[in-house]
Formats: sequence, structure tokens, C-alpha cells
Amino acid sequence: MIEFTPRKIQSSFWAILSPIISIAITIFIGSLIFKMLSYPVMESLYQVFVSPFSRPDRIADIFVKACPLIIIGLGLIFCFKANIWNIGAEGQFIFGTLCAGSFALLFPETKTYTLLFSMFIIGFIGGAIWSSIPAILKVRLNVNEILVSLMLVYVAMLFIDFIVRGPLRDPMSFGFPLSKVYPDGAIISKVDFPFIGFLGQFHYGIFIILILCPLIGFFINKTLPGFQIKILGSSIRASEFAGFNKNKITFYVLLVSGGLSGVAGVIEVSANMGRLQPEVSFGYGFTAIIVAFLGRLNPYGVVIAGIIIATAKLGADNAQMVLGIPKVVTGIFEGMLLFFLLAGETIQKYKISIRKEN
Amino acid sequence: MTNNLDAMTFIEVKNLSKTFDQFLANDSISINIKKGEIHALLGENGAGKSTLVKCLYGVVKPTDGQILINGNHVIINNPREARSYGIGMVFQHFSLFPALTVSENILISLDKKIKKKHLEDKISITAKQWGLPIEPTKKVLDLSVGEQQRVEIIRCLLQNPKLLIMDEPTSVLSPQEINQLFKVLIKLANSGCSILYISHKLNEIKQIASKVTILRSGKVISSTSTSEISTTSMAEKMIGKKVKEITKISKNSYLNSSTAISINNLNRKKLSQFGTELKKISFNVKYGEILGIAGVAGNGQVELMNALSGETLGDPDEIIFEDKKIGNTNIKFRRSLGLEFVPEERNGHATVPDITLTENTFLTFHNTYSKNNNFLNEILLSSNMSSNDTISIINENDVRCPYSNPLADQLSGGNLQKFIVGRSLKANPKVLIISQPTWGVDIGAASEIRSKLLLLAKAGKAIILISQDLDEIYEISNNICVINNGSLSTPKITSKISAKDIGILMGLS
Repeated sequence: MIEFTPRKIQSSFWAILSPIISIAITIFIGSLIFKMLSYPVMESLYQVFVSPFSRPDRIADIFVKACPLIIIGLGLIFCFKANIWNIGAEGQFIFGTLCAGSFALLFPETKTYTLLFSMFIIGFIGGAIWSSIPAILKVRLNVNEILVSLMLVYVAMLFIDFIVRGPLRDPMSFGFPLSKVYPDGAIISKVDFPFIGFLGQFHYGIFIILILCPLIGFFINKTLPGFQIKILGSSIRASEFAGFNKNKITFYVLLVSGGLSGVAGVIEVSANMGRLQPEVSFGYGFTAIIVAFLGRLNPYGVVIAGIIIATAKLGADNAQMVLGIPKVVTGIFEGMLLFFLLAGETIQKYKISIRKEN
Repeated sequence: MTNNLDAMTFIEVKNLSKTFDQFLANDSISINIKKGEIHALLGENGAGKSTLVKCLYGVVKPTDGQILINGNHVIINNPREARSYGIGMVFQHFSLFPALTVSENILISLDKKIKKKHLEDKISITAKQWGLPIEPTKKVLDLSVGEQQRVEIIRCLLQNPKLLIMDEPTSVLSPQEINQLFKVLIKLANSGCSILYISHKLNEIKQIASKVTILRSGKVISSTSTSEISTTSMAEKMIGKKVKEITKISKNSYLNSSTAISINNLNRKKLSQFGTELKKISFNVKYGEILGIAGVAGNGQVELMNALSGETLGDPDEIIFEDKKIGNTNIKFRRSLGLEFVPEERNGHATVPDITLTENTFLTFHNTYSKNNNFLNEILLSSNMSSNDTISIINENDVRCPYSNPLADQLSGGNLQKFIVGRSLKANPKVLIISQPTWGVDIGAASEIRSKLLLLAKAGKAIILISQDLDEIYEISNNICVINNGSLSTPKITSKISAKDIGILMGLS
């Protein structure tokens, strides 16, 4: 029998070293895999690990890729801290985007950013509406939120597909399922850095993280509602004993998390696509679950985790483009990296001993 | 060496001990079960009954000691081996798949493969032979609890057991079902199968068993034939020291004070299958009075605590505090009136194990903090106030912490309990409702806690003390009542109720 005993004292030395070792092991095993599949080892490693950092615009693109992951991940902190399993951020992302996008398309000539501002609000509400369905079902009928939120992802996907192919299709799109282009007032522009100019796709939407992250950190750690969320996640009975309203907390964490997914969608589409299309998300809502946990449900951790995962994704893209290494192979890297990071953390927190069955 | 006595013995346990970490669950236990004997194992919760039985059934391995079957020394590594020695067991909580039929459930648990049709015939034959009517093709979810138990028994009988272990078999049965079960057990015993019958119900033991072994704190206190021991002395041996007639003259100054809280015809449904329904509970507690509620665990104490604290709600006039009807109000509101609660479960109910003591103080004080201040305090954590209060709780109650402001699970059980009791006293309650305050707490901490309670009553506060520990109840209560199967007896003055009376009220004799 394998036993995990929590360590009383955690070494800060290993806390720093363990992620480094994790990355080293990933690189080592990764190069073995490249070798086995007869890809050039050094070149492949370069593409996966170094190329995302090789040019300023590529570094900027890491942030662009990480932006939706981080915003969704920040929202998921609320749910996962309360032990509410919202697996459907992808659907909330899509529905929020769809609501905000449809709203933008109602005002085709708008140039002022009042429109963009309203879209944030509508995107939040749209996402919250989508997550309120599992919330209400959970609170009223005790329906499992994992199933409902997950299934609603597919409903949202098909719904946006229908809207873009039908009611909102641009007549000038030559039959492609695309909406009209957003009005200027709904577009998030790229950042024009002084003396440098544009850096990749780096846009103003990314700065919202600078506001959200400390705000959520403060909310979770320093406020009573944040405390209630934490206690509900630790022990339902203690939370009842404290007099916290379990249903209310469940409801609100789902709303906030869905709302933030919607906002992430608004930013992603307004900054990078500028119109609605059947595919507005590339699995961000699912990847963000990993981001939230890799970041240990800490807002700052989520930012770092979002950047790590985004880097891995971009490295995989580059490896595919330059060397034709299939994404399946680079996906193994992502998996290994996660595995070793989490394993390293577990070993650091727990003493593992193998005991003979008694 | 075998003599005549041994030839009669099916299983003999010699000096069996089992330790979990430092806790000695079984302390050198010796027990001897003859063929065809119904042998009762009696003891309170935590006395070591389950551990002993699990050792016999191979679920846990004893640290020390020997087990002899038919005079041969054996080592039982797992339940499968136990079954091969002819030992069968019916657990208190059944292990059946509700969606499968009776025969399917039995099929998957058999050590030998057998055709389903053939098995169904066998089940019907066994059922008829022993008087355990059951339909093998019925799904388990359609069966009553009593029928489910029959499935478990038949499952054992199909293995032709020489020893059948039954863990609290009557706790989930109706009186009629109990009679039926007893007939089966006697029939089995007459056919030569030994039965080890675990219970804390004395009248049942007297009725069915021929021999009784009483355990307390992991030790065998007595092992005699049931005809030679009265239920009263069984109770005394099970509970511990003879409960002395009270010499302490309780101060009855409370008699002139006003009623603090009154409970009127309180009913609650059971929380789970193994819970207890509360039936028409009524009592009054005056300021300055300590009311002790005695009773064997599992007779509705948890449900009563939840009802009193407001974790389960009912009609407004079921609970009246001073002149306010509060039966339908939540725990937060009751706290704001000056009621305070200490539930039985320390970890995960009274406290959250993985947060600090300061945060645990905040857990029950958040309402007070926000009420006394501006609206921002309703949103922000008042870490200053709760850390000041935590420090004074720690100092006033001698809570020993490994370092300052530790996580709750870093405290020993006794210290955590002192913290929890201290926290409830810090709220300066008018009424304190406290359940099992010294359970699993070392003697020193226990007496500190009791003296705190006495002081609180002296200061004119009302206390409801729910406890399994009769000594504790006698030591500090003014009045005593007994909870048994969800009903509460009428409170009586401590000096006018004897341990024997309490035993009778507990349904023990």
C-alpha cells in the first residue's frame, strides 16, 4: 500500500528546484521520443521550447494565447474553490461571445467604445446565463453540475453554428459561415508600443488581467464571500455550522465563473477575429481547467500557469509548421510537463512511503 | 494438546492485540467460542468490538496474539481465507448492489464459480431450509432493509459457515423482523454453527445468547454465561465503574430563575438510512441549569443537535427561546440571539481542519464582527478582531499550539476541543448546547472542560449537555433525561435518578 503523509515542513529549496527538474525530465524524455520517431532532436527541442521566446513578437503572442485561458481560469477559481465542478466554461465562453457579438452587429456603424463596454457587460451576462442553467438545476433539483455544464458546451457550439450559418450570416461571405465584420467600436485594437510598433497580436484586452488578477486575489483571500467559498469547498457541514448559505454560494460562483468565461470570449473575438464564426474557441474553456488547477487555484498562479500552457501550445504549433511534427506528438509534451510538475509538487508536499499490506 | 474442552471449541482467540498508531484498540483479548454457541460481544462504541471482529474476518491483521480454529493455529490474511475456514460475516452496513438481483449479488461474491440458474435453485432451497423467505430474481433496490439482511445471511450460509459473525444485526430491523431473525439464529446454532453476536442491547443478548463477553477500552472485562449475569451488572460493566449514588449536592438556585429555552413536541425525519427519527421531544431549561441528555450513541443525538442549532429547520413554535419562536430560524439568527453550539464532530463540523485557528474563530464570529461595525465589515474579513479573540481563547483555555495560529488539524484532539469550547464561551452565550464535549479527550482536558461548563452555569447561563458519558452527566447536570430511539424521557433531578433507571430508559434492560 502506498501512503501519502503530509510533510510538516516544506523545503523552499525544493519548491524552486522541483519545477526546474520537472522541465528537465520532460526535455529528456521528450528528446528520447523525438529520437525514436527519428526527428532531429535538437531542432525539435528548439522549436518546442525555445522558439516561442525567440522573437519579441512571438513572446507577445504567448500573452495573446494565454489571455483567454487566464481569464477563464480566474473565473474557474471561484467554482473549484467551492468544490463546484464547472466543466462547461467552453460553452459559457461561446454563449457570452454570441450574445455580445449579436449585440455589436445590431449597431453596424458605431465607432465609440461605449459599444465595446456594453459588450463586456452583455458577454458577462451571456456567460452567466449559460452557467445559471447548471446552477439552478443544482440548487433546486440537486442535478449534477458536471454533466449539465458539460452537455451545454455542445448545445452552445451547435447554437452558434446555427446562428452564423443562418440569421447572422454575412450575405457577402461567399457562402462561408461568417457574420458581418464587427463595427469599429466593437474592435479591441492592437497595442502600438512607442518606438517598437505592433508586437505580434498583442492587444489592449490583455491588460484586463492586470485588473482582474489582484481583484480576485483580494476577493478570495480578504473578503467574507471569498471565505465562504473556501469553507464550502473544505467542508459542507462546517459551512452550515457557520451559517453560510450553501445554495447561494453555489449559485454565485457558477454565475461569476460563467460571466468571466463570457468576457474572455468577447476579448478573444473582438481582438483577434472581429466577427462571429462557428469556431470562436479552440478548446480554451477546457484547457483553462488545467490552467486553474496547475495554478493551484491561486489568481497569480493561474496567470503563470496560463503562460506556461500557452507557451507549450505555441511551441507545438511551431514544431508542426517548421518540422511537420504532428500535434499529437507535441501534445505528449504538454501531458508530460503537467504530469511532472504535479508529481514534483506532490512529492514536495507529501512523504510517500510504500508499506506492506497488513 | 487437546482435551475434551477443546474438542467443543470452534475458535479460540489468545491474547490478541491490535494497535493503530499509538492507539490500543484491542488489548490482549482472549475469547473462546464453542460449537453451536451464540456468543454475544458487548461494549460501547469504541470499546474494540469491531476491531476484534475484523481481525477474525481477516479485514485487519492483529498486531499480536493467536487465533486457533479447531485447536489449530491459523493466520487469517483476508476475508477469503476467513471464509475458507468457515467464518462468515454480516456487516452492519450491507454491501449489495441495488441495481442487481439477489442472485446476481450473491454470484459476484462467491469464491467459486457457479451457474446462475443452479445458484437460484440453491438460494431457494437454503431460504426455505432456514426460514428466510427471499425471491432470488428480485432486484435488491426493491427489497426492504430486513430482506436485504436476509440476502447477506443467505450469502454467508451458502458457504456452510462454522461461525457466523453478526454486527449489530437488529439496529435496522423492526421488532417483528427481529423475532424472525432470532428464530433463524437459534435454528442455526442448534445445527452446530457458532454465532458471534455483536450488540449493545442487553435485553437482546439476554434473550438469545448463551454466553457474553464484555469489552471496555479494548479489554475483556468479563466473560460469563448470560444466565449468571443480570442486565444491570452487564450495563455497569459495559459503561465502566459502578455509577455511585450522587453525593454531590447540586445547587438548585436555578429553580427560581426564568425559563431560557423550551422545546415543544419537536419532530424531525431521519437524516439518512441509519439515522434516527426524532419523536415529540419536549423539555425546558432554566437559566443557571445544566440539563444532561444521556443515551447510547445513534439514538438521535446528532439529529437533536442539528435541530437545536438550526441546521435542520422545523415549525416556529417547536423551539422557544425566552419568548421568541425560533424553530424555523437558521443557525446564524440563533447565534445572534445568544445561543451557542458545540457539535459532536470536531473536524469538519465545528472546525475546518485545513484553515488556521483565527479563521476558525471567524467561522462562528463573522456575524458578530459585521454587526458591530460598518457595512464594509460585512464584506471584509476582520482578521484583527478574530486574531485578538483567538489569542484570548487560546490563553483563557490553555490551548496548547505547536506554533502561533496553527491550522486546526495541527492541534491534538483535546486541545482542539478546548479551543472549540473556549470559542463558544467567548461568544458569551445565554444558552450553550454542547454535544459529547469530552469524547476522545484526555482526562485532564475533560475535567477542565467540565469545570468551564459548571462556571458558565454558575454565571446564570443555561446549558444543554448531550453526552454518552454517564459519569460526566452525573457530575455536572442538575437534571437528567435519556434519549432512546429518538424519544426523550422526562427530565428528572440528578439525585433522584439512578444508573439503573437510566439503563431502563436507555432500553438496555
